[in-house]
Amino acid sequence: MENRSLVTIANHSREKIEYLIKMASAFEQNPNRRLLEGKVVATLFFEPSTRTRLSFETAANRLGARVIGFADPKVTSGTKGETLKDTIMMVSNYADLIVMRHYLEGAAQYASEVAPIPIVNAGDGANQHPSQTMLDLYTIHQTQGRLDNLDIYLVGDLKYGRTVHSLLMAMRHFNPTFHFIAPEELAMPAVYKKYCDEHGIRYIEHSDFNAETISGADILYMTRVQKERFADLDEYELVKDRYLLKRNMLTKARENMKILHPLPRVNEIEYSIDDTPHAYYFQQARNGLYAREALICDVLGITLDDVLKA
Amino acid sequence: MKRKELLVAAIENGTVIDHIPSDKLFDVVSLLHLERMKTAVTVGFNLKSKITDQGHKSIIKIADKFFTDEELNQLSVVAPNVTLCLIRDYEVAEKRQVKMPDMLEGIVHCPNAKCITNNEPMRTRFRVANRELGILQCCYCNKDLPLSEVKIVEQQ
Repeated sequence: MENRSLVTIANHSREKIEYLIKMASAFEQNPNRRLLEGKVVATLFFEPSTRTRLSFETAANRLGARVIGFADPKVTSGTKGETLKDTIMMVSNYADLIVMRHYLEGAAQYASEVAPIPIVNAGDGANQHPSQTMLDLYTIHQTQGRLDNLDIYLVGDLKYGRTVHSLLMAMRHFNPTFHFIAPEELAMPAVYKKYCDEHGIRYIEHSDFNAETISGADILYMTRVQKERFADLDEYELVKDRYLLKRNMLTKARENMKILHPLPRVNEIEYSIDDTPHAYYFQQARNGLYAREALICDVLGITLDDVLKA
Repeated sequence: MKRKELLVAAIENGTVIDHIPSDKLFDVVSLLHLERMKTAVTVGFNLKSKITDQGHKSIIKIADKFFTDEELNQLSVVAPNVTLCLIRDYEVAEKRQVKMPDMLEGIVHCPNAKCITNNEPMRTRFRVANRELGILQCCYCNKDLPLSEVKIVEQQ
């Protein structure tokens, strides 16, 4: 049987991304489609992530599946020294699909090689988080009416931020212009700039973060600058507020500009921005449900036609 | 012309691996599992050489053994420029170059401590990301690895 697991969407074609967006859109119209009646979905979270788990479990429930699994690795045999392979093989006996989150990089790829059932990667360490990327793409499409020819500003931690790396790679089909705004310590790594060069993606690096710099943005993608990334805490104190998006910075923003954030936010976006038409991070999070319903269906071989008929 | 004395005795039949950088000799031994050989294996270590950059080289002669291309191509990650001679009846019957395969399984160690391959009893797998620049990429954690930094996995 063809392995339909979803480990990454970095290699998805333009057509495949557009197809999944259509499917997610069908779920936005109606999220309750009982396409997975009688199926069991296992959510294995070897690393806690409440937000992602609730989103996946809601998706499975709204599709009519039963959900089993664990939210906390402390309760599993992994703590007794069981290998990932053994856990996956055991759960494969019970479920039709495994959604897994793991702290090790490449865990989902390996699980997809040993499991007789499809695996959906819900994040493997600093490596991949394809459902986040899918919901980001869906949200960008939803707010702009297209994915092509957009100015996308990435702000904050561009060094360790897995979401911005995956987004950058997935956008390569759509002729974007990226703008990188980050402290020196957290600048976009050379390997991703090289990726841009190789794929003809334009990018501009900015050191300032003000109304002027972001006036050309269609999408302002904010990420969290994490304290623990800094060796020097004085340095952190110095830069942390430099990347705070303030309401008065939106005066020159394009009308269609939307602010995204993978959440949780700490102090990247002023709360007074929440009620502006630019704020879109909560809708973005809700889109996670539709994107995940689409991804779950796709790995189980359920087509867009099936979804529309259900 | 006076023939120079051979520092490592000739073999009648078998394989000669010449021009091994001396610091890679034991990697070659390990990759080809020479420690398990039942036939005679002679090794010359730190011999003078005009060809290698270091001015010295190592050589291995394995009697009555012919390796598969797959086995020999593994050497490309540690010693891509070795000379391989297949010996029959004391003569060089065939010369070969090692060729880097597209996929390297169970050969290269992933330096990323958070990679699944370092935490499960499993084989590593690397693809060649850039042949010209000599860059491998782990098929699991997707980290790049320059050939100059390759460490081979400890053989079981």
